[in-house]
Amino acid sequence: MSLTLFNVLAAVIIIVIFVALNAAYLVWCERRGAGRIQRRPGPNINGPFGLLQPPLDGLKLMAKQLLIPGGADKALFITAPVLAMFPSVMSFFTIPFSDILVAHNINIGLICVLAFASLGTMSLFFAGWSSHNKYSMMAAIRAISQSVAYEIPMLITVITVVMISGSLDLREIVRQQSGNIFHWNIFPLFGNSHNLLMPFSFLIFFICSLAETNRAPFDLGEAESELVAGYHIEYGSMGFGLFFMGEYANIVVGACLGALLFLGGWACPFGLFPGVWWFIIKIYLLIATVIWIRWTFPRTTIYSLLNLSWKVLIPLSLFNLLFTAGLLKVF
Amino acid sequence: MTPSFFSADGLVGIIFLLMLAAALVGAIVAVTAKRLVRALAGLIVCFVGVAAMYFFLNSPFVSMMQILIYVGAIAVTIAFAIMLTAPGDKEQMGSRNILYGPIGFCCAALVTFGFAALALTTNWIPFAKINDGSVQEVGRQLLTTHVMVFELVSVMLLIAILGALAITIEGRRKRWKS
Repeated sequence: MSLTLFNVLAAVIIIVIFVALNAAYLVWCERRGAGRIQRRPGPNINGPFGLLQPPLDGLKLMAKQLLIPGGADKALFITAPVLAMFPSVMSFFTIPFSDILVAHNINIGLICVLAFASLGTMSLFFAGWSSHNKYSMMAAIRAISQSVAYEIPMLITVITVVMISGSLDLREIVRQQSGNIFHWNIFPLFGNSHNLLMPFSFLIFFICSLAETNRAPFDLGEAESELVAGYHIEYGSMGFGLFFMGEYANIVVGACLGALLFLGGWACPFGLFPGVWWFIIKIYLLIATVIWIRWTFPRTTIYSLLNLSWKVLIPLSLFNLLFTAGLLKVF
Repeated sequence: MTPSFFSADGLVGIIFLLMLAAALVGAIVAVTAKRLVRALAGLIVCFVGVAAMYFFLNSPFVSMMQILIYVGAIAVTIAFAIMLTAPGDKEQMGSRNILYGPIGFCCAALVTFGFAALALTTNWIPFAKINDGSVQEVGRQLLTTHVMVFELVSVMLLIAILGALAITIEGRRKRWKS
């Protein structure tokens, strides 16, 4: 066994650095993208193209004092931001970037990612509750009801993909989509899916991942640009920074899952580069779409948000599940 | 042979001990905490520790299900219940009989002693692995050998949902009448 302490530590450090860098620079991408969409420059002063902005922001946040409001539950107040970052870091230990580039492949990798993603809800709860503030409490109730509502159609849609590929191993799911661009799960009729509704399942999955990561048009939990920041209203300094980075890290995890399940992972549409680069291109295309959607669509209200999940997405995804099962039985 | 402290196996051992401690400490916090939210936090730590135990016992599927169901669903449900009923920060409700502590301790000691005696006196047979414990095997067993239990569980969940709906509708009717 070539597994040494050095290997383990190197893997952990690489994953943490990957997540942190992604989170920091996605903030920059988001602000630049927002600037472009709103016809203003965005952060462009510090360094070339404003590339030094994220580390400087980080330094500023770390230099600030960590205020704990009176009457707050100290232990939980400090734990909550850590819990916000923790699930996405844990998810990366089983997300494969190519056939060989994976920290630890287990044959239930998909469940592993979803299980850790479900831990994120608790950080909202602890943050909202321990702040000892009515506003953060109400925002936490809203954010949790949102993330619980959208977890259900997301899991049901994932089950349809699992039924088609017959495996929970992320590498195996990608392997079945390789060979030809039309073998990707998002394309109907070709490949192994033979399912007319696959583009539609991808749409459900994408909407749910937007809602799960609290992104606009579903960012009622925080609404950082207009309202008080929601469940993390009492957090300053790096506590706030961790919540902010956790959100972007979750977007990366969501984009990875979308690319692996529906867009063929590291399967190349046409040669050119090795698979890893294709996977990374697919992730960042999905993330760019997420940013684009955020600055193009207005925010929904809480009622239409919950109605969309319970009255539209859940029945549709259940129908999708039954339809897929029927097709698999027939063909 | 004990592995060296600075090796991968040593690290695994340390993590095992940490998780064992997390399960125990979490359970103790869950029982003794004065605030309801702290108790829930302890419960979650305990669940994660138990999930890690399953992982070390070579069944990652059960371990992930433990996290997905207990932390992702049950703890969130409890969190909802706490937030909606909002007992606030009342530290402790009701007075406690002074005898409860010693009696509880005696019962716990008795149970622990019984289990320990059972474990020590049983003649443990090293058992071959029944099956590989994979998802496929678990699914097959659920839908063949244990299909009765499986169906009964779903009936029970259905009854629970219907019961919750019935209670809610009854409350609404009363509000309409008044």
